[in-house]
Amino acid sequence: MSETRKITVTVNGTRYEETVPVRVTLADFIRHQLGLTGTHLGCEHGVCGACTILLDGHSARSCLMLAVQADGHEILTVEGIAPNADTLHPLQEAFRDNHGLQCGFCTPGILTTLIELLRDNPDPTEQEVRIGISGNLCRCTGYQNIVIAALDAAKRLQKSPVPAPRGSAERIPA
Amino acid sequence: MKPPPFSYHDPRTVADAVSLLGSLENAKLLAGGQSLMPMLNMRFVLPDHIIDLNRVEGLSYIRANGALEIGAMTRQREIEFSDAVRERSPLMHEAIRQVGHRQTRNRGTLGGSLCHLDPAAELVTLAAAFDAKVTVAGKSGTRSIDFASFPVAYMTPAIEPDELVTGATFPCWPKGHGYAFIEFSRRHGDFAIVSAAVLIEEDSSGKVTRASVTLGGMGPAPVRAREVEKALIGEVIEEKRMREICESLRKCEAIEDIHAPASYRQQLATVLPRRALLKAHERIAEGKRA
Repeated sequence: MSETRKITVTVNGTRYEETVPVRVTLADFIRHQLGLTGTHLGCEHGVCGACTILLDGHSARSCLMLAVQADGHEILTVEGIAPNADTLHPLQEAFRDNHGLQCGFCTPGILTTLIELLRDNPDPTEQEVRIGISGNLCRCTGYQNIVIAALDAAKRLQKSPVPAPRGSAERIPA
Repeated sequence: MKPPPFSYHDPRTVADAVSLLGSLENAKLLAGGQSLMPMLNMRFVLPDHIIDLNRVEGLSYIRANGALEIGAMTRQREIEFSDAVRERSPLMHEAIRQVGHRQTRNRGTLGGSLCHLDPAAELVTLAAAFDAKVTVAGKSGTRSIDFASFPVAYMTPAIEPDELVTGATFPCWPKGHGYAFIEFSRRHGDFAIVSAAVLIEEDSSGKVTRASVTLGGMGPAPVRAREVEKALIGEVIEEKRMREICESLRKCEAIEDIHAPASYRQQLATVLPRRALLKAHERIAEGKRA
């Protein structure tokens, strides 16, 4: 049996106290132990960006962290973006309306990446969006609608701002 | 793909980390994890112990004195958004934005990049360009290593198995100097096939008085183009003369890999420094006009 540790993490505003094997990645912990399977695993070595989450408000690849390293930290996954079960976040609405999902596999990583990007830069240029999502691979190869959706989301958010998702603010852990 | 089994240690002080490093067999230091974690996931490395530096106090800082002193665990994001770096070391500011992606800069660290010593890494090229000094801590205290003697072989830094890097010092160039960091890669955020870092100073008549020209991605370690640096002294930077001077860089040894043959890298070695020199010169002129 491999070595384990007890950790406390806050994911999408919910506090979890869990025991984890020390070698388990944060991505597997989120999916298998917390059951939050919205975070997708594509390459599992830091290239595809599908597993992007926000850690204390900063985007990070959850396959490149150990779950033990998240002890005491706050995480936002794709499940935490919508304000409630019946309402989509404007970013998600923009993706639906502009057909920015396509097959949907890369979407969770792109949405979390864009939550950070639009927080820091509410009115990005197309070039800034393209650079911002350059670490997210879409194998449908149709970045066009993703970029359109991101720019549309920026407009929607400027017109009618919504509260930031829980766990998306920049935070210095205690 | 999952990391192999290991024991996990998360020391809080440099002294504890050094002592663990000295006492544990087959231990690996974990910094930002942007290189070690993929290697663990793919089981290219099989350590018995992981010593996580993320909770060690006092390794994350950017201090601007005569030079920029940067802690080993300073995230690349912090370098990117540091006012001190932008003002005192615009070359570093320009280069850091070309390191990977936002998601990797949020985790990746200065020390991790220097120790991993990827030949194409921007921070490694910068350390050569600035003649940085790397500070390492070991059992018998700390010592400083000139970056010129830091790489000893492909991805192998000159640090002992029981030492760890605690930071690096990057000398600052005087206000009004010229700079440019230009790299060629197939897509934004990819490793550079070749990169060029240029720093210059000019006198009032526009003649170069001091130059640093560095090529990354050519071989196992960044190459300082000393001959070109010498040839630039007293020259006024303009296209034709730079083309002549930089042509000599075609003779640089270059690696050949899946991304490009050696001859392609050698071609880039003549082109990128020239473009960087012209841009650096233009920036000095812009600064004078402002």
